[in-house]
This record gives sequence, C-alpha cells and structure tokens, in this order.
Amino acid sequence: MTDLGAGTIYTETVVYSPPEAYVNDVPYQLAIVELAGGRRVTGRVIFEKAGERAQIGDRVEFAEFRNNVPFFKKQL
Amino acid sequence: MRPVAVAGIGKTAFGAFPDRDLRSLAVEAGQKALENGHANASQVEAFYLGNFAGPSFTGQNHLAPYIASAMGITGVPATRFEAACASSGSAFFHAVSAVGAGLYDVVLVAGVEKMTSQSTPKVTEILAGAGDLCGEVRAGATFPALFAMIARRHMYQYGTTREQLASVAVKNHQNGAKNPLAHMRKVITMEQALAGKMIAEPLTVYDCSLISDGAAAVLIMPLDRVGDFTDKPVRVLAVAQTSDNVALDEKDDITTFRAVKTSAEKAYKLAGVKAADIGFAEVHDCFTIAEIIAIEDLGFVPKGEGGPYSLAGGTCLHGERPVNASGGLKSKGHPVGATGVGQICDVVEQIRGQAGERQVKRNSLGLAQNLGGSGATSVVTILGAA
Repeated sequence: MTDLGAGTIYTETVVYSPPEAYVNDVPYQLAIVELAGGRRVTGRVIFEKAGERAQIGDRVEFAEFRNNVPFFKKQL
Repeated sequence: MRPVAVAGIGKTAFGAFPDRDLRSLAVEAGQKALENGHANASQVEAFYLGNFAGPSFTGQNHLAPYIASAMGITGVPATRFEAACASSGSAFFHAVSAVGAGLYDVVLVAGVEKMTSQSTPKVTEILAGAGDLCGEVRAGATFPALFAMIARRHMYQYGTTREQLASVAVKNHQNGAKNPLAHMRKVITMEQALAGKMIAEPLTVYDCSLISDGAAAVLIMPLDRVGDFTDKPVRVLAVAQTSDNVALDEKDDITTFRAVKTSAEKAYKLAGVKAADIGFAEVHDCFTIAEIIAIEDLGFVPKGEGGPYSLAGGTCLHGERPVNASGGLKSKGHPVGATGVGQICDVVEQIRGQAGERQVKRNSLGLAQNLGGSGATSVVTILGAA
C-alpha cells in the first residue's frame, strides 16, 4: 500500500467513549493529518509510551495501514 | 411560492421511555399537532416524516405510512426523510416547499427517534453512520470525536476556551430546567461542567447532547387558510436547506459550517430580514462547540467571538439574543429525528407567547437551525407572527 509520507496534525482528539467496534482500543488518539500537497486524511496517532499525545501543528510520519486506516507516529 | 403558516404544534416529552415504542411517540406528537391546529386526520393531504435511524434503532422500516395510518391518515402520500440529525428539518423544508408550490393545503410534518433501547456503544455506532464510514468512522471517529476535533481547531484558531464551551452547557441546563418536556431538567454549575467525564478531548459528557426518545409535529397550510383553523397562526417567513461534504477531512475549514452559512443567507434573503433582526433562536447544540459555531455562522456575532459572547451571557434567556431558551439539545434532549421539528415547535411557542417561564421578550421573529452530521445538511427556518 501507498506510503502517505509525512504530514502535520490539522486537528486531533483522544477518544474515551468508542463505537462498539473499538471498545478495546480506548483511549486512542484520532487526528486529521494534512499531507504534503494539502490533502487531509483521518487516522490514528500511535506512540511508544502510553499517555503521549500529538498536538495541532506537530509533524507526524506515516507508519502503516491497519484495516485501511492510516496510522501515524510523531516525528522525532 | 404562496405564503405558508404553522397552524398547530405537538411535542412529546423528550427522555428515556422504556415502555414507549417509536410509533406511539410519533402518533402522540402528531395527534397533539392536529388538535392544536383544530384539524382532523381526514383533512391531512400529505404526511412528511423526519427520522434518522428508526430501522437501525428499532428494526422497523417503512415508517411514514406505519405512523400515518395509526393516526388515521391513509390514502395520501406518506414519506420518510433522512438527513442525519437534520431529518425532520429536511422533512419540514420539503413540506413547506410543497404547500408553498400549491401541491397540498393541509400537511402534517413529524419527527421521531427512539434511541434508548440500545446500549451507548451501539447508539454511538449507529450515529456514526451519519459520517463517512470508509474514512473517518473506520479510523475510530464518533460524533463526539468529530466535534471534539472541530472544538480543538476552533480553540487553536480563535482562542476559544473550555470555560466558554462549558458556559453553553450551563446556560442550556438553566433553560431546560424550566421546560416541563425536557429530558434533563437539572441545573449544572460551571465546576460540574468542567469536571465531567471525558468523552473525547476536550469534550466532557456535559458538552454532549443527550440520547433521547421523543417526537414532535407541526401542522402547516397556506397562510390564507390558516385563519379557519386557529387564531394563533405563525408564519413561515423562510426555510432553506443546503448541503456540504459529509467527511470532516474534506472540508477546507472545520471551524465553520459552510452549509449553515449558505442556508442562513438564503433564509435571510427569502424572509427579507438580517441576522440582527432575529430576536431569538433555537440552534443545533448537539455539542457545546456547535452552538458557538452556530451563532457565528448565523451572523449573530463575528467569526471567533461565539465563545466570549456565550461566556458573557449574550445568549442567556434574558440576554441580548436568547439562544436555546428551550434548553436546547443539551438539556431538552436530542431524539435526532425529532429535533428539527421540535425546534420549530419551540420557536412557535415563543412567538405565540406561550413559553411560560422560558418566554423571551423580543419574540416576534425567531430562527431555528437544524444541522445534520458534522455539517453536511443544514436547514434554517425563520418564523414570525402572522
């Protein structure tokens, strides 16, 4: 699958009250990421340590697709 | 288009009613509207129903004739409209358009939702169906999460604060406590609102509207016939519906709802009024941030000033421009398919001077704004004394 490359967090939230399908994932960070060229995608942001967060303006890079959902990690 | 008026209104209480089914709620509201408009079922020439997800919540489909026939309305068109949380606003728009065009005279419009028979995660999943299932929803977006992301961006761009968001909830609960039909008739403090259980950062449970059962209905007809039915008619000065992208990540600027702006512009133009002329409004506060954005998009305050204006009390019952005197979706409740018509009932009550403890002073011109999803449908209605 395509590598989405790097992007910037346009907006984000951390979800505590999930839909039925994701009850085992909470809390999880959901974000709209603006990719190079301006296209925005909605995906998850993942961290190595629990409790870490990305904020608006943070740079992230594409990690992988899981079930067609793009997962990003914070750029160091 | 010939002028259209509301002759009658009917609402059930909003709340959690384990022993009530969808149809009985809709029938109660419809019959109350007929009674209030001094009409009987045999005079109804068409039935318009707003309902978001009756088939998912209850399994029942083919809802419009199912409900209409239980009220004794048969042999006429009975149709369901679905536009997420703007379902009954959309039904109202299409009904007024049909009466205005001369297709029918006496039309009943109802909205209903029966939500509380499902668990919260299941309700969350059904509601998420109003978003983009192939994108944002698959990634784990819920409606609170979508509005949380809108709130975060609004806070980032305009400096909107948690206290400003919470002030919307505190105000709407103050109003809802005075509404005998409201779901949660409870005053809350700023401290409680800020300390609520986190749903999706930065929104707590107090920033979110309620999961409710309920129904509402209005009887409409041409203005030149309404005098035969009631001495308390209210004129529909304008109703406009517009649309936008469903997915949040497809919108250029998520701190504004383009559909609300375009439907409001159309409605103001049709009614021949300006935002400043509107005395009071019922707006779609599915989340506290949605009310702040609504008062900006409707032109009541400049962009970015919705938060400070709310915290300063401008939208309070006796403030400069009362917003959600009914308690709004936050306290009155949000049976999604009933909300749009419910707002119209509340505006009509105010114009008739029948809102009791919730009565606003500048009541001759009121507006209702009904939002579907994260802004893909908007219906704006302007009502005035006939």
